[in-house]
Amino acid sequence: MNLTVNGKPATIAEETPVSLNYLLEALKVEQREYVTVELNGDIMDRGDFEGTTVKDGDSIEFLYFMGGGR
Amino acid sequence: MLEIPREILDAVIAQAQEGFPLEVCGLMGGTASRVTSRYPMTNTDASNEHFMMDPKEQFAAVKAMRAAGEEMLVIYHSHPESPARPSQEDIRLALTPNVCHLIVSLVNREEPVAKAFRISAGNVEPVEIVTAKAI
Repeated sequence: MNLTVNGKPATIAEETPVSLNYLLEALKVEQREYVTVELNGDIMDRGDFEGTTVKDGDSIEFLYFMGGGR
Repeated sequence: MLEIPREILDAVIAQAQEGFPLEVCGLMGGTASRVTSRYPMTNTDASNEHFMMDPKEQFAAVKAMRAAGEEMLVIYHSHPESPARPSQEDIRLALTPNVCHLIVSLVNREEPVAKAFRISAGNVEPVEIVTAKAI
């Protein structure tokens, strides 16, 4: 299926919808527990990553958590 | 080396001063090692000791950078009461690849100190900051 990932075209082999977790794994995103995901403009709750499906034509943005402390 | 226009660095320091005693944070965009834009972010922790950026603002800033042909070059935050060096938490949470981390210390509020670092896999390397006039 064809997707847009962080503003760039991306293709994964699967033709049928996959979970967000599966997609992040397919994209070889490291330290996924620290990633925030926006799917078609909506920020996803981490607890919904497994239950959220990604389908052909979707747009996904992901960023790493940005924080720290003294 | 990280080239930051004087006006942008001054604006970061002003943000840190205005936000005191809380930590402030933001992003800088640019190309190669030259910063051309600043995106102040909300510290959702609203804390004197921690910061966490608002994801919605993060996504908006990254999209704005992309539209301007920029890349994210810098993640910055202030240390209101500690030196301009990455804390253990800063190091642990430095997850975004290929960016510099700029820290403004207000230990001496009359003489703020800004330093930049590259942090990767727990390793910290200082990065020279060169200030320049805006193009």
